[in-house]
Amino acid sequence: MIEPVKHISKNYGIDRSWTLEVYERTRGYQAARKALSMEPAKIIDEMKAANIRGRGGAGFPMGIKWSFMRPHPTKPAYLVVNADEGEPGTHKDRTIMELDPHRLLEGCMIGMYAYIYVRDELHLSKKRLWDAIHELRAKGYLGKRPFGLKDYPLEIHVQTGAGAYICGEETALLNSLEGRRGEPRLKPPFPAQVGAFGCPTTVNNVESIASAGLALMMGGAEFSKLSRLHEVGDGGCRLYGVNGHVEKGLVVELPCGPSINELIAMAGGVSKGRKVKGVIPGGSSCPVLTPDEVFHMPDEKSPLHKYHGMKVFDVPMGVDTMRIAGTMLGTCCITVIAEGTCMVRAAHNLARFYKHESCGQCTPCREGTGWIERIFEKIETGHGDLGELNEVSDIASNIIGNTICAFGDGAALPMLGFVRKFRKEFEQHVKDKRCPFNGSIL
Amino acid sequence: MPFEPTPDLAREIDDILTRYPNKMAACIPTLHACQAQNGWCSEEVIDFVSRRLDLPTAHVKGVVTFYTLFNQHPVGKHQVWVCRTLPCALRGGEDLLSHCEKRLGIHQGETTKDGLVTLRSAECLASCGTAPMLQVDKDYHENLTKERVDEILTSLGATLLGATLK
Repeated sequence: MIEPVKHISKNYGIDRSWTLEVYERTRGYQAARKALSMEPAKIIDEMKAANIRGRGGAGFPMGIKWSFMRPHPTKPAYLVVNADEGEPGTHKDRTIMELDPHRLLEGCMIGMYAYIYVRDELHLSKKRLWDAIHELRAKGYLGKRPFGLKDYPLEIHVQTGAGAYICGEETALLNSLEGRRGEPRLKPPFPAQVGAFGCPTTVNNVESIASAGLALMMGGAEFSKLSRLHEVGDGGCRLYGVNGHVEKGLVVELPCGPSINELIAMAGGVSKGRKVKGVIPGGSSCPVLTPDEVFHMPDEKSPLHKYHGMKVFDVPMGVDTMRIAGTMLGTCCITVIAEGTCMVRAAHNLARFYKHESCGQCTPCREGTGWIERIFEKIETGHGDLGELNEVSDIASNIIGNTICAFGDGAALPMLGFVRKFRKEFEQHVKDKRCPFNGSIL
Repeated sequence: MPFEPTPDLAREIDDILTRYPNKMAACIPTLHACQAQNGWCSEEVIDFVSRRLDLPTAHVKGVVTFYTLFNQHPVGKHQVWVCRTLPCALRGGEDLLSHCEKRLGIHQGETTKDGLVTLRSAECLASCGTAPMLQVDKDYHENLTKERVDEILTSLGATLLGATLK
């Protein structure tokens, strides 16, 4: 059984854990001071060695992302922290901002001049971050000469959105930061060349940046070894969440690589003693997994071959293992769905979400998400037919790969997942002209 | 009548403008600040923001209509947002929404006749581990039951329909 660890979440539970006093008492801001005396290239090497796979969902190695930044002769460079946490089923970044904002700020200082883009609804997170920034300014930790150590102007600002899921997409976030509609940009140019205000920019998730200080103090290689999946380049520890049909929803810090079954057990098991019907591994954009799925990696040369033939629910959850299982690790906050739940209604709930949140820029996504939602609603209410069910695949295929940003794929793939894995249930709805579960979702 | 910022708001906007290399980036925070004073983003607010930030009115209007949290119509004194996305729905979020509709006697998207409460459904508010939840103005209320929702609505001063309060 995997045991919880306390690194990122070290200060959770301490009285007034969000204050500078508590943070400094627990060795806070030593990493930022150390970073100021280091060559940027050396910091990037440590981040690469730490194998921090982006904690926002895409799983891109943070050190490599940082290495894309090239100093520009005339333009400043920015770090933009993506705190637009809004992927359905994701509730981890909020805990860092509310309970330990200084850990995020210290990570920013290791990076550079930073904007933290927080979704507007997280009022407590914004307040805690601003309070923490004011504490730093009062002490001279920020400004033209941080800590009085070096002429290296550092400032951190909190920016807010206004209720748009799409602003979690990095280029939409940059447009929103610049005061525009949050519509994703075409890439290239990538943010590392032309990002915020036309300057080189790195966009990182809250938890990724909050890990930077730990990796620097511990040494990148040591930090990476905390993980069960260290050998496959998925390092460190991270926050896992459990929600949905479990006894007690939670956020817990673990070495990378707990299995889905271990997470469910930590949350006290499935609620009301039921069995699991499906698990969404890391936010609604990840296709659903079922308990009978088997991990398939026949290539003996692959470091993941040792999991071949195991139940997917028993395989360590990592960026690569989940990709091979046909889904994504995403934000690794799992949503558990118990037996007795109508999967058509669950799929319809998410289809409605994507319809609502499509920014409308690309036709396949704007129209397609609406069509899928209407078809699911008709099927759930007993008015659908098999022709329409088959159309879902066509619509989804027309979205995938045909849009500016990854939202389209993130909306279409999980819908296909529901239809493929629970096709009998969808057909039953059509045949009976009613919901066989009486629309149960609880 | 044109929108007039209070001295506090004018100072807040000055402060916002210090954070960015250009004025356009202040658009969203400035709209939030003006909405906090005015309650919603009226034509007058849009006009004020476009003049203050030297932006075309069409740009500011484009921003207002893009984002869910900018009110394009007058709203009630309190905003009640009930999350109904899947993780909350699995734990009773949709029931909470219909419970609020019954208690307040309005549908989602509507405001009570006395102008006290606007009830709206929200998409995921990053509180899935403590579902079901709702947001009242700036505050999150988590791990809710219908009884607790009745208490919250009562504390806002709402008259509850069909309620059997202790």
